[in-house]
Amino acid sequence: MTQQGVRWTADQVLALAPDASSQKAGSRLGIAGPWSRAGSSGEGAVWGLCKGSGSKPYQTVIDTADVAGPAYKCSCPSRKFPCKHALGLLLLWAGDGGGGRAVPDGEQPPDWAREWLDGRREKAAAKRSSPGAGPGPGAAAPADPEAARKRAERRAERVTAGATELERRLSDLLRGGMAAAEQAGYGMWEETAARMVDAQAPGLAARVRELGAIPASGPGWPARLLEECALLHLLTSGWLRHDALPDTLAATVRSRTGLPAPAQGTPLRDTWQVLAQYDTADNKLTTRRIWVHGQRSGRTALLLSYGAAGRVPSLALPVGLALDAELVPYAADPASRQLRADLGEQFTAPAPTTGHPPGISPTEATARYGEALRDDPWLDTWPVTLHRVVPVPNGPDWQLADAASETALPITPTAASRAGLWRLVALSGGAPLTVFGECGHQGFTPLSAWPHAQAETVRL
Amino acid sequence: MTPPTAHAEAAGRHARTPWEELVTAALLGTDRRTPPLTAPGRQAPAALLDAAAVQTVRRRAGLRPAPAADRPAPAPADPRPVVPAAARRRLATLLADHPSASGGRRGTAPDLMELLPQWLALAGDRGFTAPPELLPALLNAARGRTDLRPQALAFAGPRAQWLARFNPDWKFALRAAPGSAPETGPQGQRELQRRWQEGLFAERVTLLATLRAHAPDDARELLSDTWTTERAEDRLMFLDSLRTGLGGADEPFLEQALGDRSRNVRSTAAELLSALPGSALAARMADRAASCVALDRTAGRPELTVEAPHECDAGMERDGVAPKPPAGRGERSWWLGQLVESAPLATWQRRLGDRTPDDIVALPVADGWRGELHAAWCRAAVRQRDTGWSRALLGSPSAPDAAGPGAVSLAERAKLLTTLPAAERAEWVAGFIDAHGLSEAFQLLGVCAVPWAPPLGRAVVDALNIARDAGSYPWSFSGVMGLAERCLDPAEAVRLEALTATPDEPEDASPGAGGYWSEAFQRLVSTLRLRAAMRAELDG
Repeated sequence: MTQQGVRWTADQVLALAPDASSQKAGSRLGIAGPWSRAGSSGEGAVWGLCKGSGSKPYQTVIDTADVAGPAYKCSCPSRKFPCKHALGLLLLWAGDGGGGRAVPDGEQPPDWAREWLDGRREKAAAKRSSPGAGPGPGAAAPADPEAARKRAERRAERVTAGATELERRLSDLLRGGMAAAEQAGYGMWEETAARMVDAQAPGLAARVRELGAIPASGPGWPARLLEECALLHLLTSGWLRHDALPDTLAATVRSRTGLPAPAQGTPLRDTWQVLAQYDTADNKLTTRRIWVHGQRSGRTALLLSYGAAGRVPSLALPVGLALDAELVPYAADPASRQLRADLGEQFTAPAPTTGHPPGISPTEATARYGEALRDDPWLDTWPVTLHRVVPVPNGPDWQLADAASETALPITPTAASRAGLWRLVALSGGAPLTVFGECGHQGFTPLSAWPHAQAETVRL
Repeated sequence: MTPPTAHAEAAGRHARTPWEELVTAALLGTDRRTPPLTAPGRQAPAALLDAAAVQTVRRRAGLRPAPAADRPAPAPADPRPVVPAAARRRLATLLADHPSASGGRRGTAPDLMELLPQWLALAGDRGFTAPPELLPALLNAARGRTDLRPQALAFAGPRAQWLARFNPDWKFALRAAPGSAPETGPQGQRELQRRWQEGLFAERVTLLATLRAHAPDDARELLSDTWTTERAEDRLMFLDSLRTGLGGADEPFLEQALGDRSRNVRSTAAELLSALPGSALAARMADRAASCVALDRTAGRPELTVEAPHECDAGMERDGVAPKPPAGRGERSWWLGQLVESAPLATWQRRLGDRTPDDIVALPVADGWRGELHAAWCRAAVRQRDTGWSRALLGSPSAPDAAGPGAVSLAERAKLLTTLPAAERAEWVAGFIDAHGLSEAFQLLGVCAVPWAPPLGRAVVDALNIARDAGSYPWSFSGVMGLAERCLDPAEAVRLEALTATPDEPEDASPGAGGYWSEAFQRLVSTLRLRAAMRAELDG
């Protein structure tokens, strides 16, 4: 490959950092001073020697063109991933601009870097050529189809038992009244959630756990608790009768209950623009959501990555990049509104891009969310790009007002308390802009914005 | 399976029961309150949940946008260009660097927060404005550091003022409107009067200072209109802002302020008047001071004799002379000092036989009055920005008493240096460091222009090198090191590179010092490189 890879921006590099202190440490190493014999191959590989406190410099090499986001190797003892040396080197590479003095392009990697890079490329090639081995869980053919079927049956039985029990508990709750449940407190829900984990229905368990937080969520909690109980009831009823449901809805019920099917759709190759990446964490698991938009297909997809026990999710795609890659949708039916996909083969290194997906009005946005509920009534939000909206204060809250009409979407209270809101307001300056975010029953959560059609994506 | 019509019928029934009734029933329990729902084969709780699910999904699916609230007026346009992309990223990194709460050893990494003022100055000089998405971080930084505010707000421009209206944390940005000239014309005049009459104290100080910078006479007139109604502390602050653009036209107002009720106001007015060598007060002081100092030609070589005043009369007091000396000082020398510091320096040349300042400073002074007299001349030279006298009083930087407890202290020297042109200042301090080393140089370095001129930079680096070779620890020089990181010309990085290696330790050195020095030099070099990069990015 002779194409010279386009370099990333410093923001995109910093987005890879596992935490704020790594960002800081990395940015201090992002200057020419400590680095020697740095170079990049133009195929996404970057390497260099970093002077540390010891006599021997650290050897740092990064493969930015990897399928699962950038891969790193560094001879330093740090357990952070990526370490500050990898971040610093990428920053130096990113900040080097066209000059390429500190990290020249089109170089041959030194032996120590080549060894690692070749090893990775060979592994990737082997993975591609071996039949049936695609990315994603469960892609490998089961060794014994009969045993697997039996296992699946047994699991379905346990889930059914769990769902029946949950139905009974919900009925008991409604019979005795939610006011009594408020006094029972969080413990009751935790116990029920644990029962659902035992029943191998993690989807049900997660919903039950969320119910526990509602009574303490301020005024109006009875209505919210009833809504969520009703939706949980809808899910268990759906599971108990899923034979009678249409296929798409049955698949939604299975995945909402916690038995997702593997990514089984036809891989779709496109130039995918990274619109947003953000993490949410509970005490056990960090979930990373990455929204991408296909520049040719116009499809929006969601990539999920998880990190257990405080670890950072492995997949990282900095906002504002675009990558030529295949995405493997979870839904077999291309018409499905199931947005989740896995990243498949990646053909070029991610490169910065500008511009935004075509946008819609607030009225259209709520309509899209409503339509999406048809296939998945449990959906909390739907990704939309709003075209020409203005952030407007409305008492203590904020909304995104349509520039062309008198309609507006309220910004969710959680989003309004984040620093991103102020970046959005500052970026707008009272003028219309394009905003990507999640539109749902609690309002709109802005995730990224563009002040004009050719602008770089601004992460909120 | 239920036939479709029965489905629709049930759903219709579910949808008709008001949501509030469902919530009440759920809250109290279906045992106590049975919702008006009948579903064949369903128990009350299940029927209630069915109905609630239908209504929940129906409501969510039928969501419509809210009516838009009143839109705020858009931010005023900022004609300045936004900083180039690379500089924008640099600013983001500088703003993301929170000073570590833990403190401790800094290692080899540059202190990014300390570079922010310099970055803002460079960007401001080049006429750039801030990228909008970084305004919140910039305002937060300025909120935490008052010293950053004027620069940060000037750079952030009108959009930051607009933004600050929405967030109470950023109120400070509304109080200060730096740099912008107040509007002219009748509209602007009215607005000016309104802000002056109704504004908070800090706002009014800013307003007066801004106006003074652009139209000194208008500012003085604005102040004199309300002068008699202001509180004494406020009068002092307002009077202080007249230092900017001080001129002969201010004399009548200042003369009148000499009769103020507050002693602090009186002495400030006197000080300002004495900085106007042509003022009546300066002439009165010249007469008084001249009568105290005489040239005695009777001795073998001419000598100055001093006869300090015997009393502080009402006239002196009215001209700002403080009658009571601080503890430990004699009355008469205290009065003498005040007379001499307020007298125009030209007085002495006339009175002492047309001698140059150098000759006058070189004259011996009888009876141990030299220190008192020279110190007062220093204050006068600084106040009157007199370069000739400053030069004479500074003397040669390599003179043996330049660093010692001579007639003129280091603090006074630092002040005298500020009256000299930047190049001359740097050269004098370089000469001082060559002769006396770094231990006394901190104050003097602080008044030198940034980046340091080549001779000064070389002197500092050489002196640091000597200090290292002498085997002391680098933190004895941490003040100078910190200054060097911020002020040394980035071009010096090349010469410093050689010093970053850990040297072999000489036997008499402090243990481990070599390693710490190498670390300190590494930090110095990387900070200089960073500054060079900052500048290059802004020059695009």
